[in-house]
Amino acid sequence: MAILEVENIRKSFGSVLVLDDISFSMEKGTVLSIIGSSGSGKTTLLRCLNFLERPDTGIIRVNGETLLDASFPARDFQRNIRLKRLHFGLVFQSFNLFPQYTALENVTLAEKLLAQEKPDWKEKKSEYHRAIEEHGRELLAEMGLQDRMGNYPHQLSGGQCQRVAIARALALNPDILCFDEPTSALDPELTGEVLRVIRGLAERHTTMIIVTHEMAFARDVADEVIFMDGGKICEQGDPKEVFGNPKQERTKQFLSRFSET
Amino acid sequence: MSFSEQFPIVLGSLNTGFLQTLRLFFITLLGAIPLGMVLAVGEMSSFKPLRAVIRTLVWIIRGSPLMIQLLIIFYFPGLVFQTPLWGGGESGRFAAAAVAFVINYACYFCEIFRGGIQGIPVGQDEAGMVLGMKPAQIFFRIKLLQVVKAILPPISNEIITLIKDTSLARIIALQEIIWAGQSFMKGSQGISGAIWPLFFTGVYYLVATGILTIVFAKLEKKLSFFR
Repeated sequence: MAILEVENIRKSFGSVLVLDDISFSMEKGTVLSIIGSSGSGKTTLLRCLNFLERPDTGIIRVNGETLLDASFPARDFQRNIRLKRLHFGLVFQSFNLFPQYTALENVTLAEKLLAQEKPDWKEKKSEYHRAIEEHGRELLAEMGLQDRMGNYPHQLSGGQCQRVAIARALALNPDILCFDEPTSALDPELTGEVLRVIRGLAERHTTMIIVTHEMAFARDVADEVIFMDGGKICEQGDPKEVFGNPKQERTKQFLSRFSET
Repeated sequence: MSFSEQFPIVLGSLNTGFLQTLRLFFITLLGAIPLGMVLAVGEMSSFKPLRAVIRTLVWIIRGSPLMIQLLIIFYFPGLVFQTPLWGGGESGRFAAAAVAFVINYACYFCEIFRGGIQGIPVGQDEAGMVLGMKPAQIFFRIKLLQVVKAILPPISNEIITLIKDTSLARIIALQEIIWAGQSFMKGSQGISGAIWPLFFTGVYYLVATGILTIVFAKLEKKLSFFR
């Protein structure tokens, strides 16, 4: 069964149609790359999946459970929206780390706050905290940041910040981890360390949707590629096919522009 | 009377006056900071008429001299409605001055709070939201400290200005330190024609603003662990 099914998502900002009837699905443990020029709707699509935007039409299902049906009233969208979001993780282009918290605190804060909602929180507070901190340490170590746990974001490089952000998103064990151009705000020499971490997650079959301008990376790491243009899915398929032998004229144009630069 | 005889008398009067100055200062802070927060929240509400009302109030209060506001608030009820709302005497003058100062400073604080809250990048909200945080958690656990850090310099400016602005209450004869200093020009407690007590009040303001400057520098340093 597909872990994620997206059906007929439409989204307009004013009179501008940003997403035009987007439908796709993906399997658990796979990586989906979304490519396309700026303004093609990639980021808006990710924001819809994370309920930061409400689509005008469409359905989003995770593991068969309907999280969003835009034909239902807006009230239904807001109801439990906080818990619906936890199916997805989101890594932002600009990291959005919390500046007043250390790397470790950034990773553990949300988990600690969620633990407060557990019925036995009061009795087992210190046990929860210990387990959550341990989990946070493990995640940061996985990201190669074992020496940076006590550092504040301003003391970290961009690449380190983005790796903290990835650990923070992983801490809540989302079904699907989304990346919104995770290396676009980084100096070129720092993109490698972030891409390596994402590659490592792919090898461990983390379900991921990656919006990126790193074409070589998208081709290597993805099981499936979607090329978006003008708010529509223009071409979709196996990365080798889409990159090696694009069928649509628009895809060819887009990819040739990338190989030139 | 020689200077050494005058000095303790003047000091006693100035101390009493300065106590009134400090009372007005602290009451204003105590009232204006919470009221400023309420106004800031109202100014960010999605209810347009409320925003318009608060914006107009802020424009009028910030756009006219505090001295005029003091005079209007003190004299208006008695002159126009024939109801001396404030009563006579020092306590009435103090109440009128406190109301004028609280309203005036709340409007300045309101704009500082609003700017501080709106200046936090929207990405902080979004990061909190996708991590399943509640709106209150996002505000108190993520944004509040960043807001405090951002508004500390303008707030310290306002507060240092406030300690000096309290002297405007002299216009309704509140017996604060300027009034106390001035009294020795006209004559008081056997001293008359002395201008040095008025000049000497400056020392009190300098000490007070000096202390405030040190306190705010310490606070800023405390919050310098993040950027």
